[in-house]
Formats: sequence, structure tokens, C-alpha cells
Amino acid sequence: MRPTVATVGEGTDAPYALSHLDALESEAVHIFREVAGEFERPVILFSGGKDSIVMLHLALKAFTPAPVPFSLLHVDTGHNFPEVLAYRDRTVAEHGLRLHVASVQDYIDAGTLRERPDGTRNPLQTVPLTEKIQAERFDAVFGGGRRDEEKARAKERVFSLRDEFSQWDPRRQRPELWQLYNGRHAAGEHVRVFPISNWTELDVWQYIAREGIELPEIYFAHEREVFSRSGMWLTAGDWGGPKDGETVELRQVRYRTVGDMSCTGAVDSDATTLDAVIAEIAASRLTERGATRADDKMSEAAMEDRKREGYF
Amino acid sequence: MTSTGTEKYAEQLATTTLLRFATAGSVDDGKSTLVGRLLHDSKSVLTDQLEAVAHASRNRGQETPDLALLTDGLRAEREQGITIDVAYRYFATPRRRFILADTPGHVQYTRNMVTGASTAELAVVLVDARNGVVEQTRRHAAVAALLRVPHVVLAVNKMDLVAYAEPVFAAIAEEFTAYAASLGVPEITAIPISALAGDNVVEPSAHMDWYGGPTVLEHLETVPVSHDLADCPARFPVQYVIRPQSAEHPDYRGYAGQIASGVLRVGDAVTVLPSGRTSTVEGIDALGESVTVAWAPQSVTVRLADDIDVSRGDLIAPTASAPGTTQDVEATVCHVADRPLTVGQRVLLKHTTRTVKAIVKDIPSRLTLDDLSQHPAPGRLVANDIGRVTIRTAEPLALDAYADSRRTGSFLLIDPADGTTLTAGMAGAAFAAESAVALPAQDDEGWDF
Repeated sequence: MRPTVATVGEGTDAPYALSHLDALESEAVHIFREVAGEFERPVILFSGGKDSIVMLHLALKAFTPAPVPFSLLHVDTGHNFPEVLAYRDRTVAEHGLRLHVASVQDYIDAGTLRERPDGTRNPLQTVPLTEKIQAERFDAVFGGGRRDEEKARAKERVFSLRDEFSQWDPRRQRPELWQLYNGRHAAGEHVRVFPISNWTELDVWQYIAREGIELPEIYFAHEREVFSRSGMWLTAGDWGGPKDGETVELRQVRYRTVGDMSCTGAVDSDATTLDAVIAEIAASRLTERGATRADDKMSEAAMEDRKREGYF
Repeated sequence: MTSTGTEKYAEQLATTTLLRFATAGSVDDGKSTLVGRLLHDSKSVLTDQLEAVAHASRNRGQETPDLALLTDGLRAEREQGITIDVAYRYFATPRRRFILADTPGHVQYTRNMVTGASTAELAVVLVDARNGVVEQTRRHAAVAALLRVPHVVLAVNKMDLVAYAEPVFAAIAEEFTAYAASLGVPEITAIPISALAGDNVVEPSAHMDWYGGPTVLEHLETVPVSHDLADCPARFPVQYVIRPQSAEHPDYRGYAGQIASGVLRVGDAVTVLPSGRTSTVEGIDALGESVTVAWAPQSVTVRLADDIDVSRGDLIAPTASAPGTTQDVEATVCHVADRPLTVGQRVLLKHTTRTVKAIVKDIPSRLTLDDLSQHPAPGRLVANDIGRVTIRTAEPLALDAYADSRRTGSFLLIDPADGTTLTAGMAGAAFAAESAVALPAQDDEGWDF
């Protein structure tokens, strides 16, 4: 692990300055510890994507040399990338963590949820997620959401109170002052906690590079069978593609986000190393979600509407 | 990227700092344009976001893209065409990363301005060059002073509409600086700009060669950020006790927290408050790395030489400069909830990592930000009110004056029934020169918060 304290050069606020990554790390660690100090049953949403991987890394650092006092929760859409599931299981085993899984496929098999005509399973995650939170009586749920991702997320608090139906009401949010997070809630309510709210996509990648954090290989350029749908390269597979008129081709691609295969697009890329990925993102003229997420394109308020229902 | 490129990049990364700042301005002062230009010129607005705005604007029948749609993220905001809530935005230059608290300028959203300013190290107050310093400008300056924002930038906007005339700028700058300085704002930088034309925002203006100062972005990039925290005595609120009790670490007992102010060193003689027990800092673990010195706002774990009782809510401070403890808190507060705060009300008070029962003993006055006059004994405070309160707490608090430490001088009042955040509190006097500007009480009618 590299030193936490940055060497401060000329032109900054020497001698007692923190680099921006150290400041963001420090803030996130503070948030993890606040939750550990004030809640009974917190859980970290862990998808195997880069944001949740960074969250877990921060949690490990926050409580070292003691273990992380939280379990993990994965909402498995049934259309996950196999590389990501393998990464998830490896990580859980390596750190001796407890993993809860809420399965969309189980709900579909039971007839409680119905497959959408467009085959996208991302919106279907909300019900298994919120029911799992209630069933396990989780009172704090860490999410890797960042305010730079989407304009509804830019309005999200670090501590976001959800009612017994997990609903978010953006007009009734608690003002968040200084670093005084108010986590009080009634029985049945819970708080969604976003420790990396203030990080940007580039911050996350720079931190991954600095800390030497391992990622699922789909984040780096590789050859993959993909087909084009709505202007995005989707991975061909049993989940529902390609359909008539869509043709599979072998392309050199990588993923900027990791989500459900039915709505997460790959980008053309030659970036096989962290340095190359960072250079590529720094030069990109597209946001992460704009480039690779179909579900956010559904309507102007797609994210706000899903968040109101309990989506993370 | 070449290897030299990577090294340069790593070097740059280690010296890139973070500045949190807030913008304040009335609806027509050009705040959106300024924010839009800072985001746009730093390449923080990307193609798909612009396309989404263009698309949404067309759907509304507008001919040109409405840049306010970039920032108004909620349905209700887009429907009403106003900004309701604080939004946080992010942009970067090679020298610095910025977190911008974009706060609504509307009077009834004073609480949102307070929210944005509470974490800001700098506030940009916008003024329309044609109108000069108006009531709203004085309110913004007062909120910045009240929240002790260390640096204030007066951006005199729309200079293009006053023929880029130096005397117009000089008069506004002088009036504002005198007013803000009387409130105790420590540093004021006035910059003549045109957000629309781009003068002195990112690029120096070709129209104002009489101005020799920095552009807005240059100033944001170079203003010092952390000196105020490191200069103060050390304050370390204990968040969580780390005790692995594992085979590898059978005796490890560390106090985890974020240094609220000052510098902490191994060997420092310290006192734990409120108990008053003393010990010495035996070790500091910076997230797994052993260090000899750490400073605000680093999150660290502190080990003490003596096995004394320390738990969440305690404060570790140097014995030589430890704060006193008190159960009687006098403070200036901004009421943020829709239900009022009344004399006699039982509340919870959250100070650093400590939450205690408390009762509102008195509300001696309410403040009018327009003229800083005090209205005596209002009996209650309603949403957006700023007032003085005295509070009795059930347990002693190690409280600093907010003027000395924004982190250990601030607190929240919380409704014990449902957890609603009621009030933002700042211990001690409100303004540096409060007595000098206090005016006789007036009739309440003009109060429009």
C-alpha cells in the first residue's frame, strides 16, 4: 500500500495540505466510521463494479487492523457478467466477508416479477433489493452512487433517509450541514449512505491506480462478441441478444460501468492498462452513463423516478 | 501514455488539492451562466449531457439549449424553472479539483445557502454591475460571515453592460469590502467579470486592462485551502474504537476519527474530554500506515500510552490547549426545519461524534440579515430564521467557539421524536463586530425569510 500522506510540492499549501485523493479518502473513511458508530445492521451494496470495489477497499482501510464490521449485499439480476461474479466470490472469500444475495431470477421464477418486453432487468432490481433490506432488517445500506453520475444523483445526500417502502423523496431531504451526518430513523426505515458521493469517475480510477486495487478484467480492453442495439455494443448471450436484424461481431472493447448485461454497453477501446484507461477517460467527451447505460436514456427523469421507488 | 508522462501525471496527482466552494447570487445575477462557463471551459460538460439538454429544450419548444437544465436535476425544479435544492458539481483543472455547492439564491432558501456554505472554504457572491450592492448581496455576505467561510470572492458581473468602466467596479468593490470586513470576513477578493462574454472568468479580459488581478478560475486555483485548519489547536473527536482482539492483534486498541483541526504528533500530552483523563499519544495509524504526525482533515487511528476509558463521543485534545466543557451553550442558529423551534423544547444536540439530550432555554433574539438588527425575544424560530439561542445539555460538551473551529464549534439540533434535523448551530458570537453594527429593534413587517 502506498503512503496515505501525500508529498506536498511547491505551489500547494505546504506544509499541511492533503492531496485531493487523500481528502476524498479521508472523508469517505469518516462516513464509514460514523455508520459503524451509530447503526446496528449496516450492509454494503456490492456489485463487483469499480465503485463498490473502491467502497470495500475504503471500508477495509477504515477499520484496519480489525475486520470490516459490515456484510455485503449483491442484487443478482441473473444477467451478470461471469467475470464479475467470479471476482465477487473471490473477494468475499479473501476477506472472510459475509455475502447476502437478492436474486431477480428467483422473483421471475416465482412469478412475482415479470420480464420486461425490452429484456432490461435493471429496473427489476428494486423489489428484491428493498425486500431483502426489510427481511434482514438492515438499517444502513452503503451504495457507491456518485453525484457526478447523473443530475438526480447530484441532489442526493450522503445520508439519505428512506421510509419503510424504501422511497426517496427529494423534496423532504434533511439538510446536510458540515460533516454532521444525521442518521436517526424510525424502526422499519433505513438510511442509504453514499461515502463516495463527492468522487468523480476520474477520481475513482486514479484511486484504483494509486492503491493498486484489482478489478474484474472486463474493465480493460479485450476481444468480445458484441452486437449493436440503440447505439451501444451489448454482449451477445442467452440473456436475449442478438435478435433478428442484429449481427454479432468480434470487437476490441472494454466496460466503463458494470451492471446488467441487458443494459450495460461496452466502448471501443485499446486501453489494456490502468494508465491507458485513465488517459482514455480524461480525453472522453461522453459521460460514463451516457456512453454505456440504456436505462438512463428512457426518460429525462428516469433515475429520479427509479430512486423514488427505492433503487439505490 | 509514456513513462515520463505517467511520472509527471503521478507527481501532479500528489500535489492536486481539493477546494470546496459555494456560489450565491440572485436569479438574474448570472449565476447559472458563471457556473455553466466554469464547467464548460474546464471540459466538465460532456457531449451527451449537452445533447440531453438540447433535446429537452426542443421538447419544451425552446429554440436554444437551456443551460439551466444541466443543473436542475429534479422534476419539480424543471417544472417550475427554479433551483430548489443545493446541488453539488465537480470540475477540475490540472492544479486543483473543485466541489461546487450550487445554492439557490432565492431568499426563502437561506437554509440551503447555509448548507452550501457550511462546508465551503470559499464563497463567490455575484453582483450585477448595473445594480451594485443590494439587499440580497448583504444577505449573502452575512451568511458567508456567519458561517465563517474563510475566503469571499465578489464577482461584479455584467461589466459588458456598463462599458467595462473601472469606476463602476471600484465603487461596488469598495462598498462591499467595507461591509463584509465589518462582519469579520477575513479575505475579500473583488473581480470584474462578464460571465456571458467570458471576461475574467477563465480567460483574462481584453476589455479591462485596468484590472491587474486574477481571473475567477485563477483565484480558485491558487487560494490557500487548509492553513486555517492546521493553525488551530488539535481536536480529535473519537468516532469508533478499533479493537480487533485477534490472534495477530490481541492488545490493539485504537481510537478512530477524523482530525477536526490542528496537528497531532506522537508524544503529545493529551487530555480526554469530558472525563479529563490524561495520557500521551503513543502511535498514529494513518489507515494502516504508521506515521509520527497527522493533521486535519485526515482520518486516522490514535493509540494512547495509558489504558484509560475512551469511547465514541469523547474528544482528545492537547493538554496544553484543551477546550473547556460546558452544559450551557450560547449560539447563533439557522433554523432549517419546517416546524418551528420554541423556548422549552426538548431536543437532541449532535456535536462532533456526540449526541446528547438538551433543552432550549431561551431564544433571546432573532436576526435580520438585511440590516443585522436584532429582534428581541421572538419566542420561536421558523424555517430560514437566524437567531440567538441558549441551550442546556444533559451532559457536558467540549465545545469550541465556532469562530475558532468550524468543526468543533458547530452542532445540530434534532427532533428526538422522528430524527428531523431542526437547526444548525454555531457556538459563540455571530459576527466579529456584532456589537458595533447592532441596531435598535424594529418592527417585524419587513422580514421576508
